[in-house]
Amino acid sequence: MSFDVMIVGVGGQGTILTSNIIGEACVLEGIPVRGAETHGMAQRGGSVESQIRIGQEYGPLIVPGTADLLLSFDLMEAVRAFHWLKKGGKIFTSKDFITPTSVFSQDFPAPDESMLLGMLGLDYVALDTLCIAEQAGSTLTQNVVLLGAASPSLPLSGDSLREAIRKTVPQKTIDMNLKAFEMGREAGSSQISAP
Amino acid sequence: MAVHYLLGNEAIAHGCREAAVDVACGYPGTPSSEVIDSLRMVPDRAYAAEWSVNEKVAFEEALAASWCGLRSICTMKHVGLNVAADPLMTSAYTGTKGGFVILSADDPYAHSSQNEQDSRCYARFARIPCLDPSTLQEAHDMVRDAFSLSEEFSLPVLFRPTTRICHSKSDVTLGDIRVSDRTALFEKDPRQYVVIPAHTRILHKKLNQKQQNLKKRLVEAGYNRFEIKGKTAVVCGGVAASYVREVIGKDVSLAIIGAYPIDEEWLGSFVRQHERVLVVEELAPVIEDIVLQVQGQARIFGKNSGHVPYEGELSPERVATYLTAAGIPASVHYEKPSEPAALPPRSPILCAGCMHRTTMYALKKVFRDGIFPSDIGCYTLGLQLGVVDTTICMGASITIASGMSLAGEKRDIVCTIGDSTFLHTGIQGLMNAVYNGANITVVILDNRITAMTGHQPNPTTGQTATGVQVPAVSLEAVCRACGATFVETADPNDLVTVTALLKEAKSRPGVKVIIARRACVISERRAKVVRVRFAVNHDLCIGCKACVKFGCPAIELHNGLALITDLCSGCGVCAQICPVGAIGREVKE
Repeated sequence: MSFDVMIVGVGGQGTILTSNIIGEACVLEGIPVRGAETHGMAQRGGSVESQIRIGQEYGPLIVPGTADLLLSFDLMEAVRAFHWLKKGGKIFTSKDFITPTSVFSQDFPAPDESMLLGMLGLDYVALDTLCIAEQAGSTLTQNVVLLGAASPSLPLSGDSLREAIRKTVPQKTIDMNLKAFEMGREAGSSQISAP
Repeated sequence: MAVHYLLGNEAIAHGCREAAVDVACGYPGTPSSEVIDSLRMVPDRAYAAEWSVNEKVAFEEALAASWCGLRSICTMKHVGLNVAADPLMTSAYTGTKGGFVILSADDPYAHSSQNEQDSRCYARFARIPCLDPSTLQEAHDMVRDAFSLSEEFSLPVLFRPTTRICHSKSDVTLGDIRVSDRTALFEKDPRQYVVIPAHTRILHKKLNQKQQNLKKRLVEAGYNRFEIKGKTAVVCGGVAASYVREVIGKDVSLAIIGAYPIDEEWLGSFVRQHERVLVVEELAPVIEDIVLQVQGQARIFGKNSGHVPYEGELSPERVATYLTAAGIPASVHYEKPSEPAALPPRSPILCAGCMHRTTMYALKKVFRDGIFPSDIGCYTLGLQLGVVDTTICMGASITIASGMSLAGEKRDIVCTIGDSTFLHTGIQGLMNAVYNGANITVVILDNRITAMTGHQPNPTTGQTATGVQVPAVSLEAVCRACGATFVETADPNDLVTVTALLKEAKSRPGVKVIIARRACVISERRAKVVRVRFAVNHDLCIGCKACVKFGCPAIELHNGLALITDLCSGCGVCAQICPVGAIGREVKE
């Protein structure tokens, strides 16, 4: 049995980089790993997903309703991917979301933040990743903030993930990303312990 | 030996380098593109890497390299193999000298394609070996070994990964990179390389004589293997084999097919030892056809029996369902998941500031009653803008347009085609349209790059795959050389000029060509071009939604008024559309 993580967001938010960090950490720990990604047409502003299966030696595809953890860089995408999660699976999401163009151009009704949070049930960690990433040094580190928040729930050591970040992100941004990881880790654990 | 976390296409590229490949060419196509993209990015490479103008060209160049004794690979997506099918069929006759691998990446479920064709059928048709990996490690190992298999049988080898191999990731054990010590030397032999009837009849016979040994060899090589456990069995191949292994019951026999042609005798010896056999493969029943030939008393479940679909991609939960339906034990049982939430769709969309949106906006305004054949590229997303009426294959926009003209369709026919697609197979259509007197308008959407597949350079870019600066091809000169007399170029973000040119084209008979030229916004961003963003003056905005209907993802509607978000790339087209002048350059406070 593998520990299956669903990473979702909107094209350009860094789902692939995040799954690469997890994949590198698996290699560092000698754990087999499989991942599946969205490439090509769907990248153009569409919903994107990366599936990553820690400890899996067969295929890359997660079965809907069985994912152990959902990591989402956009609150609406978290709701869209909710059915992938098993009962009792963990959710770590940004509390922000981008309104899809279809809401404006085709008059689709748009849910607001509280409606979206309601659709995620009761058990989730929703972080102001934008604010935390800004404090870490760049809004581009939001994905690593969220990874940090989820990291205690992953079957991988914090040190492997830190080493994987060093190996995966651009050289100049290593310190900033490590800071974002720690800040996310702290923010995540304080949310979980809150009543 | 080192373990790396890699994309399938990166693992495949590394396998080619371990085989000391000499020449790699291809035409971009999802999901195949990252193989050449990985190979061309290697500094100080000891091999040639090229983006060719189409798959037929790539195929023939790689074949020529093989005839010169070098190891070569050509890469394409499945539909690209249709374009290269002409040399494919006869290269099986002429055979090869240096190892020659054809990578044709299939796309079950058509994630990013116009159809779901199965390249294995081409291998059967051409009578050449086909390797079909089930994991990334196998993809890496197979392509590395495919070159020597090609040399052993003097045949092209078709390597067929699918989307879930090319675009999935895994820990992969890599070997050492080797550098070739071969030199190109073509040894003349007309009986092999000149396929006049007298030669080709003999070559065809030789091709057929190779088949029996080939089948045996693929079993010996371990690509096709089985393990007998009980009275029920699964026969599977490709990435579907990894789904089967995840969910199959522990007492069920398993045969995995990784290479074609299949040795019927070998497969029969497996199948006939079982009472119930499920065949699991994506797309065409290539394995199943052989299983049915050798079934004996075994009952076969698969596509013919209606248990496994002919279309779409498979998955662990689907395979578990087929096992249950066939009365074969699975190791897991999956509950039906909850329904996905109903949310506003977030479909792929042309980027904020994309030049295609402006051109298509103008097309819609000028040709209200027009018919719009289009082509394959980012601009196919113009479907959402109402100016894509047909797409069938690369280059077919111009020919579908001229065909409608020939058929006598009376409305304005205006086709759109990208720069790379025009060079791929559009030129012939334009030449034919002018020659035969069609009445059409051809709009070339020239953003100087092959954008959709990940920004590969092409002859309009002024740069080769490996970054060598070269003169850019002149589309105007090409169009005039094809005989077009009305050939005009405009910046599509200048809405007034583009609209005037389209009106002029509408008023003239014959073939009119308009080249809408502007760099792709993604290329601009990468080149660090920064423009001042635009903003809406809410004292002037009347909430008419003219800018919102333009469909730019940077424009939103809040409390009845337009708002421009930080996605804005500063193209300024919305300011030209606004009827009350409420949009202007952002002023920093």
